[in-house]
Amino acid sequence: MSDKRNVTCIICPVGCRIEVELENEDILNLSGYRCKRGLQYAKDEVTSPKRILTTTVRLKARSAHVLPVRTRAPIPRSCMKDAMKELKSVFVCPPVKMGDVVLKDVAGTGVDVIASRSWTE
Amino acid sequence: MLCKDLVIIGGGPAGLAAALEAAEQGVKDVMIVERDSGLGGILQQCIHNGFGLHVFKEELTGPEYAQKFIDKLENTGVEVLLDTMVIEITPDKRIFAVNSRIGVLEIQSKAVILAMGCRERTRGALNIPGFRPAGIFTAGTAQRYVNIEGYMPGKEIVILGSGDIGLIMARRFTLEGAKVKCVLEIMPYSNGLTRNVVQCLEDYGIPLRLSHTVIDIHGKKRVEGVTVAKVDENLKPILSTAEFIPCDTLLLSVGLIPENELTKMTGADFDASTQGPMVNQRMETSCEGIFACGNVLHVHDLVDFVTMEARLAARGAAQYLKEKDGSCRGTKVIAGEGLRYVLPHAVCVEKMLDEKLNFFMRSTRPMNKAKLVIESENGIVKTKMLSYLKPSEMINIELKKSEIEKAEGHLKFILQEEGVLQ
Repeated sequence: MSDKRNVTCIICPVGCRIEVELENEDILNLSGYRCKRGLQYAKDEVTSPKRILTTTVRLKARSAHVLPVRTRAPIPRSCMKDAMKELKSVFVCPPVKMGDVVLKDVAGTGVDVIASRSWTE
Repeated sequence: MLCKDLVIIGGGPAGLAAALEAAEQGVKDVMIVERDSGLGGILQQCIHNGFGLHVFKEELTGPEYAQKFIDKLENTGVEVLLDTMVIEITPDKRIFAVNSRIGVLEIQSKAVILAMGCRERTRGALNIPGFRPAGIFTAGTAQRYVNIEGYMPGKEIVILGSGDIGLIMARRFTLEGAKVKCVLEIMPYSNGLTRNVVQCLEDYGIPLRLSHTVIDIHGKKRVEGVTVAKVDENLKPILSTAEFIPCDTLLLSVGLIPENELTKMTGADFDASTQGPMVNQRMETSCEGIFACGNVLHVHDLVDFVTMEARLAARGAAQYLKEKDGSCRGTKVIAGEGLRYVLPHAVCVEKMLDEKLNFFMRSTRPMNKAKLVIESENGIVKTKMLSYLKPSEMINIELKKSEIEKAEGHLKFILQEEGVLQ
């Protein structure tokens, strides 16, 4: 039995509406995408959706309490909660530079969490 | 009194890009005046990703986008005055500012770039009845609490308005363990970028209730809940659909207003639809030597376009400082049917900085397919088919110098919808 799913591409602001035809988890047909990135996005979105996680961790600085961080690459959507949990216990002391790793291999995804900004004091 | 070649008011994305570009163009004596204690403006609290796809060809978070500019600024000689609030600017470019170290400062500048950004519409602008309890925040204020100060302003949240900051905060609150009950939007379509609706609401199963609004706020000391109702086609609440939703926090994401109090002091001409000054091809207001870019000019949905606009304004200022020429208006640009506004408002072809010029505009309503027609007194200049238009997603059209040259009298932009909405 085939099944149709609509995916809105979020790779760029165009926001293509891509229709994916599925049969037992297998992709039969894809339509509505305008570039290769969109095609790949729609495939990933129906099989294993991934997102970049952006959040904050605690910072021991004079003028700030939190440091913005993100995963270096997208992680499976299903790992978001666990990742947030692990990041709750991370404490960063300055100086920190944008791109510094604040947590390695978050939630077993193999992806590092990095600082989004620099902080000197 | 200080004397400067170029003073940039505001150190957010527009001010930073303008300062860097001005330095690159060889403008000496550039100063940024910023009221916050650091540079970067609102980008510092926009910790989510999605910035920089056009300018850097990679996806960055707000702080990363800002950091790239801040790092570059270090070796340019651009002077930065932090914690300093500009309180007055005169048409002859005299600037008065205050800070707690010096007191009142007076700066005479040869050129000025206005980059003050915008602020959020508040509850006062909406006329929602009810008490005035704690727990009502604009989405941006809540964003600052969570992402900069490190506090959670509530546990059970209702968001009014589907602006991008509201959508982003729905996800942020959810990740931090709060319960976002729903996002209400008075219009029959979302006011945010599609990708934000997908990534912030659909991913987390947060309902987006279109054609709905808040008609009452309950609670005396703290918000205890809101009454919501569906609205009819005239946006009037249908009382029979009223429903109580318990919550302790109401976030408002109901629009942004360019912050133009200073601009008004210069006497520059304004555009009623953008609520910002009118500018020509080099982002110069009708007040000679005073330029504007970024959200102070019109509210953008992508910071990348702010950066491009700021660079243009800086190159315009550099041209002005070199040639000491006035604010030439040339061909008038008109927003016709189907469009809320078109920028820039005028083009002086002889003074164009490039062989092409980008025009930014917003549609009046969502359209699946539409034909953009650009015409002048002597006929059609250009037509272009566009699809999936939303007022929240800015349209960017490039015209060649040769195309603008041919246009007589004015350039009128018209958006004609094709087919019917599904």
